[in-house]
Amino acid sequence: MAHFVKKALADIRSNRFLNLITMITISLSILVVSVFLLFFENASRAIESWNQGGRAMIYLNKEFSLEMLPELKVKINALGDIDKIVYISKAQALDKLKKNMSSQSAFLKTLKENPLPDALEIRMKSYHSFEEVQKVAQSIKAIEIVEDVEYGQGWLGRFLQIFNLFKITGYAMCILFFLIALFITANTVRLAFYSRKLEIEIMRLVGASETFIKAPFYVEGLLQGFLGGFIGLTILLIAYLAISSGMTQSLASYLYFDIRFLSVKTIGLIIAGSTFLGWFGCYLSLKQILK
Amino acid sequence: MNDKRNKKLIIRLFNVSKRFGGKLALKDITLDVEQGELIFISGPSGAGKSTLLKILYLAQKASEGQILIDGMNLARISSSKLPCLRRRFGMIFQDFKLIPNRTVYENVALVLEAAGKKPSFIRKKVMQVLRITGMEKKINALPPTLSGGEQQRIAVARAVVGDPSIIFADEPTGSLDSKSAQAILDFLMEYHKKGATVLIVSHNLHLLERTVRGRNIEISEGTIKRIAPVLQGKERK
Repeated sequence: MAHFVKKALADIRSNRFLNLITMITISLSILVVSVFLLFFENASRAIESWNQGGRAMIYLNKEFSLEMLPELKVKINALGDIDKIVYISKAQALDKLKKNMSSQSAFLKTLKENPLPDALEIRMKSYHSFEEVQKVAQSIKAIEIVEDVEYGQGWLGRFLQIFNLFKITGYAMCILFFLIALFITANTVRLAFYSRKLEIEIMRLVGASETFIKAPFYVEGLLQGFLGGFIGLTILLIAYLAISSGMTQSLASYLYFDIRFLSVKTIGLIIAGSTFLGWFGCYLSLKQILK
Repeated sequence: MNDKRNKKLIIRLFNVSKRFGGKLALKDITLDVEQGELIFISGPSGAGKSTLLKILYLAQKASEGQILIDGMNLARISSSKLPCLRRRFGMIFQDFKLIPNRTVYENVALVLEAAGKKPSFIRKKVMQVLRITGMEKKINALPPTLSGGEQQRIAVARAVVGDPSIIFADEPTGSLDSKSAQAILDFLMEYHKKGATVLIVSHNLHLLERTVRGRNIEISEGTIKRIAPVLQGKERK
């Protein structure tokens, strides 16, 4: 293995310009992909935070009485991963409203009867997606005594539609940049192969196995991919630190969540992905040349 | 005659032909080579000498016929076993075929690296062969900086470093002056005396006079015209 790494490094040195261009292409592609992932990770956390981790309000109709509560709780619990159900009577809801409105609550005194419904606040055990809450909410809504279920389906739903559209565009861009980097890597390997055609011919004649011939190319591809991914992420980190130092505080207080850099898991996946890209480009090229 | 019967036939060709498009480069070649034999393949340019050698060292495939090397049928050998068979050969080319951006040491060591030998063994063996060929002082030189004679000595060192049982030499002295040619030839004869089977392709008949006893296979227009023993100076007279 040490021989192949040594050989690959020597080849990278002898084809410096070509390898540099490949690494820059990979790093730029990784940078674009990482920017999207950074946005998606933070946007997902923002949505989760806005949705308060899978929270929904169940408004009950006028026929509801406290005797129905235990049976209703059983029915709701049976629907899914419900962590907590808190009953909020119409009186408690009005008190809360008065407190929240404080100085502007005078008009509430003019009300002859409490217009607010009895309600249940539910929180899900594990929250993964808005769709999950939506599904549970729709099942709850089908229960007779339930008047309505509020889970942010209005503005949050619309935001999610835009977000999902953006996500699809992001994925398409990621695939496009992946293919560009793959094409460039495969081409670099092809050029390196042709530049060493005589060497490979001699290797074959002196009894070198195909593995012995191909291994340095694969190591070269893996190194290009790994370094390209590392450089791309480093550029993103520098940009993130430069931008976030002035921006995060004000934006975080406005958006109710803090902007974070990519998680360790995502960084690991990006590095693994870019390394794979280097290997795959090499594999495709050698498969075509040596068929 | 008895002696001949006891010797192992290391190379056997049965009705071997080679076609390039519509043109026949080799026609119906049948030949046996004994282990440890010295064979000269001579003939005019374009006779098919190099083609025959290329078929034997597996750089080209025969269009027709059967070839057995040490009992192995080349037509039936799998591509995964080819490298193992090639490691038993030592090849010397007229154009040397040295890797220009690798040092003398690296060019020679390549054979042993490909065979998966340990670095300590490679170092010892390569230095030993370079010492014998008189190239130990040029281990870090790149081939383009060396003279033709020196390059051919490196090529010979590379051919013998793996202790091959068969050495194929295609015009090994073709582009060399008489002194360098003699040095290369002497070196090949040393390996022949040690037991290696040596096949030399050459159109230079003077080369035959400088060697020990062997067989000369004269090829013309792709066919064997004559097989005769190589006679030394006195024997000729």
